[in-house]
Amino acid sequence: MFEGFIAHQLSWLSGEGPESDIVFSSRIRLARNISDYPFPLQAKTKQRLKILSKIKSAYSDIKGLEDSIFVDMDTLSSLDKQLLLERHLISQEHTVESKGKGLIVSRSEEISVMINEEDHFRLQIVTSGLDLKKCWTILNNIDNELNNIVSYSFLADLGYLTSCPTNLGTGMRASCMLHLPALILTKRVNKVLELLSRISFTARGLFGEGTQAFGDFFQISNQVSLGLSEEEIIDNLIGVVKQVKDQELSARQTLIEKYKVSLEDNVWRALGILKNCRLINSKEALSHLSILSLGCDLGIIKDTDISNYGRVKKIINSLFITVQPAHLQKIQGKPIKEEERDFIRASLLRERLGETLE
Amino acid sequence: MLCDICHKNKATVHLTEIVNNKVVELHICQVCAQFKTEELSEQMNMSDFFSGLAGNVDAHEEGYSLKCPSCGLFYSEFKKKGRLGCGECYSSFRKQLLPLLKNIHSSIKHVGKTPKAVDKKIFIKVKIKELTESLNRAINLEEYEEAAKLRDRIKELENNGE
Repeated sequence: MFEGFIAHQLSWLSGEGPESDIVFSSRIRLARNISDYPFPLQAKTKQRLKILSKIKSAYSDIKGLEDSIFVDMDTLSSLDKQLLLERHLISQEHTVESKGKGLIVSRSEEISVMINEEDHFRLQIVTSGLDLKKCWTILNNIDNELNNIVSYSFLADLGYLTSCPTNLGTGMRASCMLHLPALILTKRVNKVLELLSRISFTARGLFGEGTQAFGDFFQISNQVSLGLSEEEIIDNLIGVVKQVKDQELSARQTLIEKYKVSLEDNVWRALGILKNCRLINSKEALSHLSILSLGCDLGIIKDTDISNYGRVKKIINSLFITVQPAHLQKIQGKPIKEEERDFIRASLLRERLGETLE
Repeated sequence: MLCDICHKNKATVHLTEIVNNKVVELHICQVCAQFKTEELSEQMNMSDFFSGLAGNVDAHEEGYSLKCPSCGLFYSEFKKKGRLGCGECYSSFRKQLLPLLKNIHSSIKHVGKTPKAVDKKIFIKVKIKELTESLNRAINLEEYEEAAKLRDRIKELENNGE
């Protein structure tokens, strides 16, 4: 399944949209539960299956989801689940104990709904660049449409009721994915992240967990979901993201002004390794791709054929996803043993980058 | 032995968990074990986190044996897992939850959007679609008695919808 997915680029990695040189993508998710049913973790399998089948027959009537695909998680292979996880369409939790769990995903993969994760519905939208307001307009409509079909669990004073009290109220988590290689290189990133947590925002690495952030991607999101309106949450996040972006820009400036040669050295070495390696693990690949992407942004690396920043950037961006295990195996069309993956990954990188960059 | 989670790699890590009062033994590979430990440490943090946030210790102790009449979740289970069982839990454990919510969100007053009432017309339309699918299934399986019942329900809804 999902062969079609690999063929097309994830739109949120297209490198387009406002401020997209540093802010790769914007994402909003809403947690919603149906009244009269226990939350999924407490519900019986029969109840979860009932919700799933109800949505299965109803979703095509929801404006914005008409052309979507419905997936019963229980029918998927573990490789397909891993693929959806790598594409950020589902959570780790959604890959296990799959009975009664489902996913609706639009063809563009911008809109998705996890069914029976820890809440009955997790509605998600993701778009390229910093465009949270557009995200909210679209997702708000889909939420209203879904609300035509099911009645939501809600209390006037506490808002939308959720399995975890940290999502209570609006049920909203808005986030932006930022690429911050210069803040890492200049070792300023921890200070920025510390400041964020002090004003109730969370930052975590996109690949890998905890403080390790492979590929220098960070997801910044709101912590508070109760006591603020959806618009306030979004406005606050936009403000914070712009500040972090400015910090990254100033770190990039520092690199160019003070450490130009060593920066160029880093970038060309990264390219050298990616274009010549014979074995490479995903952690190493991501870290070189990150530096390469920075080199591209700063004009150190240029396209050989046409001076086309966008094209090179797109290729690098898509590699961030395709070097991951499930994608590698899907591209090869067969399962690959762990020890062989590093070899296949290296071949893929040489092939994709060899064509593009001198 | 193959990994119980991914069924692909060799199981090298052996884990004993208690899920819903039952002992479950897991034999998993290195990769899945990594995910599992992250999951566990997250749960652990969550319960520490909630205990730490418990402003009103008395209310918590008192609530320990409380049980939500709607879904059967004990407050002590919430304290362990950090997840509530149903919407009703927020009313059942209100006294215990409010100080906690105040700590997490620094507010206990929702000001965001509010849901509207379910649109009856659309609700009926969707219900009819759902039943029609079951009807077709029943006809295919030659379960005519069931089919007749479903047909009557659909008719009834169609009349209601008008």
